Amino acid sequence: MIEFRMPSLGADMEAGTLVEWLVKPGETVRRGDIVAVVETQKGAIEIEIFDTGVVDRQLIEPGATVPVGTPLALIRSEGEPSQPPPVQAPAPAPAAPPPAAKPAPVAPPVAQPAPGQIHVSPAARRLAAERGVDLSRLTGTGPDGAIVLADVEAAAPAAAPSAARPAAFDFSQMRTAIAAAMSRSKREIPHYYLSDTIDIQAAVDWVARANAERPPDRRLLLGALFIKAVATATRAYPEFNGLLQDGVFRPAPAAHVGLAIAIRGGGLVAPAIHGAADLDLDTLMAQMRDLVGRVRVGRFRSSEIADPTITVSSLGDRGVEALYGVIYPPQVAIVGFGKVVERPWVTAGVVAPRQVVTATLAADHRVSDGHRGALFLGEIGRLLQQPEAL
Amino acid sequence: MSGIDILAVIREELARLAPEIEFADLDPAVDLREQADLDSMDFLNLITALHHRLGVDIPDADGRQLTTLEGAVGYLQGKLAGGPPSA
Repeated sequence: MIEFRMPSLGADMEAGTLVEWLVKPGETVRRGDIVAVVETQKGAIEIEIFDTGVVDRQLIEPGATVPVGTPLALIRSEGEPSQPPPVQAPAPAPAAPPPAAKPAPVAPPVAQPAPGQIHVSPAARRLAAERGVDLSRLTGTGPDGAIVLADVEAAAPAAAPSAARPAAFDFSQMRTAIAAAMSRSKREIPHYYLSDTIDIQAAVDWVARANAERPPDRRLLLGALFIKAVATATRAYPEFNGLLQDGVFRPAPAAHVGLAIAIRGGGLVAPAIHGAADLDLDTLMAQMRDLVGRVRVGRFRSSEIADPTITVSSLGDRGVEALYGVIYPPQVAIVGFGKVVERPWVTAGVVAPRQVVTATLAADHRVSDGHRGALFLGEIGRLLQQPEAL
Repeated sequence: MSGIDILAVIREELARLAPEIEFADLDPAVDLREQADLDSMDFLNLITALHHRLGVDIPDADGRQLTTLEGAVGYLQGKLAGGPPSA
């Protein structure tokens, strides 16, 4: 039996609230399936499972807030026998009419808890607090007489059906999460910063040519080229792509590029585009669109939040010319692209108007030095000169 | 293809991207991207939505003409008046 646990969705996350289950006991799940939605400081996040098997039992009910690492469900591998729940219902008398599809809760045989020792599930406690239910007056129907969510529901039915989705996005929580991560970054990470202005006329022209033939939903943005160039450059400069944890830097085998996306009204998240170096530009662009679309409605997946190995922040065609990022720990680098501007530029002794962008690198001095950083930034610029090869 | 309230279509699609914007407060002559805080992806999504809603072809190179409300309405009116819709 495998325990499916509350995942850590970032260095600063201590607990999460289970919003809903997207699978039922008995359902087969495969590695990568989205099985639950968890509410964190970063908003509602879709949680993927990393094992294949059958959902045996759900241990946590929606509404409960539990620490990272808490088992949420038991998954049995194919063929493994189902584990009996701790309190087994005695077989109903054959004469008795079978209850509705849902098995009736069975009163525990002996375990009437001693007074003052009521077992209450976290979800039930929370709901009871919300609806003003006195827990000591309830009779629990859960294991060992524990009061579970259904008992509180029965005692104080909701006036209106409660929304399955979390309430409106909590901007103060988001601000708290950013504050925690960025304070840690500035406290722990000795940043160094590099900046370089890159002539990207070739990339601008190439994107314009590619887009001329395409309907709007298949068009590319320069941002896709930036991400591809950064991801590709990490192959030659692995010290910018990975995580520094417990004093040890581990380069990542693939570049999961966190794409910094501003949230309207304040805050930002940087969910990952997985294996960005191996995606062709069309696929990369489609994934960027999908990701931005989901961030706008506050739905992204656990692996996207948890595992970026480097971050890219790209301003597009508005904003300022240069941005200096703050590294998101435990990552060790963030590459920034300012807005694309037209500037007089000297090429082969002639001044001509060119589209240029200022690329910056903020990197962790515990892992790399400015010399390598400069080469890394130079490689990104070089890759952008050959957009057709990206 | 007359009788389509282009401004209403733009208002609806803009509301999807930037729900907090007061459409009535937008200056029709000022860059929409600045007024509504639209990034490159938002603007591309707006063009995509207008393309689908109105059935007009909006080449990438014409995007610049749609950055203001009055520019967008003028451009789309011209497209709807002349020639059959492209897709």
